Amino acid sequence: MINFTLKQLSALLAQKQLSSVELTQAYLERVARLNPGLNVFVTVDADKSLAQARAADALLAAGKAQPLTGIPLAHKDIFCAKGWRTTCGSKMLANFISPYDAHVVEKLNAAGAVILGKTNMDEFAMGSSTETCFFGPVKNPWDRTRVPGGSSGGSAAAVAARMAPAAIGTDTGGSIRQPAALTGICGLKPTYGVVSRYGMIAYASSLDQGGPMARSAEDLALLLNAMAGFDARDSTSLERPAEDYARLLAAPAAAKLPLGGLRIGVPKEYFGAGLDSDVAAAVEAALAQFEQLGAKRVAISLPNAALSVPAYYVIAPAEASSNLSRFDGVRYGYRAPEYGDLADMYAKSRAQGFGAEVKRRILIGTYVLSHGYYDAYYLKAQKIRRLIAQDFAAAYRQCDLIMGPTSPSVAFALGAKVADPVQMYLIDIYTVAANLAGLPAMSIPCGFGEGGLPVGLQLAGNYFAEAQMLAAAHQYQLATDWHLRQPAGTE
Amino acid sequence: MPLSLPEVKRVAWLARLEITEAEAAAAQGHLNEIFKLIEQMQSVDTERVTPMAHGQDVAQRLREDRVTETDQHALYQGIAPQVEDGLYLVPKVIE
Amino acid sequence: MDWEVVIGIETHAQLSTVSKIFSGAATQFGAAPNVQACAVDIALPGVLPVLNRGAVERAIRFGLAVGGPEVISRRSVFARKNYFYPDLPKGYQISQYELPIVTGGIVKIQTEGGEKTVRLTRAHLEEDAGKSLHEDFHGMSGIDLNRAGTPLLEIVTEPDMRGAEEAVAYAKALHALVRWIGICDGNMQEGSFRCDANVSVRRPGAPLGTRREIKNLNSFRFLQQAIEYEVRWQIETLQDGGSIQQATVLFDPDKGETRMMRTKEDAHDYRYFPDPDLLPLVISDATIEQIRSELPELPQAKRERYQREFGLPSAYAVSLTQSIEVASYFEATVAAAGSDNAKPAANWILGELAGALNSTGIDIGASPMSSKQLAGLLLRMRDNTISGKMAKDVFDAMWAGEGDADSIIERRGLRQISDAGELEKIVDGVLAANQKSVEEYRAGKEKAFNALVGQAMKATKGKGNPAQINEILKKKLAG
Repeated sequence: MINFTLKQLSALLAQKQLSSVELTQAYLERVARLNPGLNVFVTVDADKSLAQARAADALLAAGKAQPLTGIPLAHKDIFCAKGWRTTCGSKMLANFISPYDAHVVEKLNAAGAVILGKTNMDEFAMGSSTETCFFGPVKNPWDRTRVPGGSSGGSAAAVAARMAPAAIGTDTGGSIRQPAALTGICGLKPTYGVVSRYGMIAYASSLDQGGPMARSAEDLALLLNAMAGFDARDSTSLERPAEDYARLLAAPAAAKLPLGGLRIGVPKEYFGAGLDSDVAAAVEAALAQFEQLGAKRVAISLPNAALSVPAYYVIAPAEASSNLSRFDGVRYGYRAPEYGDLADMYAKSRAQGFGAEVKRRILIGTYVLSHGYYDAYYLKAQKIRRLIAQDFAAAYRQCDLIMGPTSPSVAFALGAKVADPVQMYLIDIYTVAANLAGLPAMSIPCGFGEGGLPVGLQLAGNYFAEAQMLAAAHQYQLATDWHLRQPAGTE
Repeated sequence: MPLSLPEVKRVAWLARLEITEAEAAAAQGHLNEIFKLIEQMQSVDTERVTPMAHGQDVAQRLREDRVTETDQHALYQGIAPQVEDGLYLVPKVIE
Repeated sequence: MDWEVVIGIETHAQLSTVSKIFSGAATQFGAAPNVQACAVDIALPGVLPVLNRGAVERAIRFGLAVGGPEVISRRSVFARKNYFYPDLPKGYQISQYELPIVTGGIVKIQTEGGEKTVRLTRAHLEEDAGKSLHEDFHGMSGIDLNRAGTPLLEIVTEPDMRGAEEAVAYAKALHALVRWIGICDGNMQEGSFRCDANVSVRRPGAPLGTRREIKNLNSFRFLQQAIEYEVRWQIETLQDGGSIQQATVLFDPDKGETRMMRTKEDAHDYRYFPDPDLLPLVISDATIEQIRSELPELPQAKRERYQREFGLPSAYAVSLTQSIEVASYFEATVAAAGSDNAKPAANWILGELAGALNSTGIDIGASPMSSKQLAGLLLRMRDNTISGKMAKDVFDAMWAGEGDADSIIERRGLRQISDAGELEKIVDGVLAANQKSVEEYRAGKEKAFNALVGQAMKATKGKGNPAQINEILKKKLAG
């Protein structure tokens, strides 16, 4: 059962061969068994989950089920869920019981899905290894001495270890795609504005986007169908007609080759220094597989690719420094036990409530916005951002999708990069550009590298190309089985 | 341009983060490494480039002027560190 | 040697929307603490702002009133002004910074030296903060966020005013204007209209002096007193050889003094940047045109029209346009009484009616005497049914709620005697009975004439048409 796709589970539930309570119970048992070793879930509340499962069973019995009705999902602990502790991986919110639901949570609840629990994450989504969490690091199910990537490392590991059939995460600079790559699962960051940010605790508002994490492209499509949609409470939410992201999964019957005519752009900048050879080899093999499926490979260039990390580490911290000002110990969250005057209460509550990486990014962001530096840093970064978006616009005149590695290396050892922020930041080298440009991008497993650890292939598309990306990924997954591999010790 | 220790402390104060001498010194080292990375931006000429604030070139949507929210202060104040008579309490505010 | 006073004013006008600028919470004044502070207003993690159309429309109305379509930005941007304060839940205020919704415009004010133009620098949309209550809660302050997120239009002038009187004249003109165009209720006690005054002094012709900003003046009287005190203080300081440091000060109405604020000493680095949760506000020509078509005629236009159309003196036109309610009352009266009654209408509204309203503290909008009633009175005066003196009695009766002019005239038998034959008979009787006065008059004693008029009026029990009696008397005495 733990290797069934969402579609299979949905069918079993609809046919009453399985109840949501049984399914939820089974996953809760797996969580109880595996979580002590992996530290994937921050909060599990069996009563709440089972209550939702019972409600789902009632819907199923009444014949009112939707595709996700009764299916338990792991939620990154960045999504506010009413009555659930929502910590964002921080001491600051360690006791924060959300009084409201995020739009995504509302939508998933309305679809009849079950909240299986809240997953561990880098504090306030700031990290690429899920080590900056207040609740301790998440272990990679493929090798417990390695990181799962981040910041949605908990959600990624939950799916990889079969502790949940699928999960939701958020991606500001690669936080869905990179952990997906490092744990051998699939993850998609939609076009900016496709998934509402309402109730998703903000890291960098102009970059944050929620998305699905699952074992196959097909499952991603199913999940995205339930997550996406206009929300009047988010000014940046796009008003577009509803879209079935699974509509292109079936290859046209007439096609000789399922991906015939698809032009895949391969940017030379993504294969230069800094890319590990094991990752390069797996990605090359995947590209060859796509060519066998009928796709045509096109050499392209993204000239400003190297500037995406510098620009990102100005824009994201700047927005974050301001977004995190609300955590002041006045209306909710952590307040220092002892303090002097008002300013001291702020300074102590924030210094004690935030971890080192969050404070570091707040300092960067505060500095780049401060008097005299705005033009040199923030404005400059916004201009680089434009150049990066223009690079993509030019590239998409030559190709339909862009492919390359998701991350320059396989999962690295726990603690290996904690002391060196710059090395940690450079892990995002292939992923942040999509966030800066607001473009959709996803990662799928494409092989294994050093230490038998998974390698991820990044597929990126033009604005609103999610269905096209998912279709290409699905054809690849019909021809390969990388996405079906399960880490040892998670049976 | 490397950050001096007093600058690190000033920024920490602006951000209302208490910082010890040792923390400030450590932060200074890390920040200057990070700014070396960030300074790579200066290698490209952006003189005539329009800054980009969002992935989508969309205008602000407006909501109708209607009251849609009801009183939830009891719920919201249930998670507040310190409240009294419906007010959030903070150390004395001096104007 | 002389000093020149230089004043610029920043006004926070609370826009009269029913919901907040970025949330659907109510804006009503006086609710219990925090019951109107919704998730967005208290800045729960994850919540987001969405802009209120009503606030935008009101800002556009203001732009049209002070300058027309060309002062309204077709694209404006909301920024975050970052600082920590407990009444500021997000740790930043959303405000327009580099690209405000209104740039430029003018407000005309009436001063002793005549009409003067005050130039506006800009007007921008922003959200209000909550309130810190300083009653003692065991040595702590209480925070009420009901006001947080209330829409404000901050209206900034150039340093064009040259004294407290001009500053007050500007504030009053602006106050009348925002109420006139229906964007702000103008309630100063409730803080709906608050002024900050930037005051400096200099020798005539010298560059601008260093200014100090007096914050949060919520009455015209305080505005006047605070500026007068501040000007005196600055001149004395400079004359004593001191210098002025740029500062933010508060006015203490009890002491009549300004004093430095103790907080925000580090607040000079607001780290403004465009709010990534909001997109650029784009306003189309069509929207502006639509709003323009719904705008009432503005005070300045009315003033000019009253002079042109009705031949009213400028002072009347100014007084009648002091508020939209007065102007509406005037226009309704003229509509009912005819435009040849415009001048008497103005006279009565600015004289008797204003006096009666003033002494009872009633606004003209709630006047117990309607414009229709006043018009009825004017019509009876014009057709000579009643004399001016009788009209005053009818006015008092209408004010007292006795009904329309016609019914009061009827009931009290106040109809004026204008029948020439009847009046001649009465005059003949008076002349016969007052031979002494007749002789005195003929001997050149003008006063005797008045006595005869008085007698004739008395004989008609006050109902004789005085003009006619005058005429008949003159004729008879000459004959």
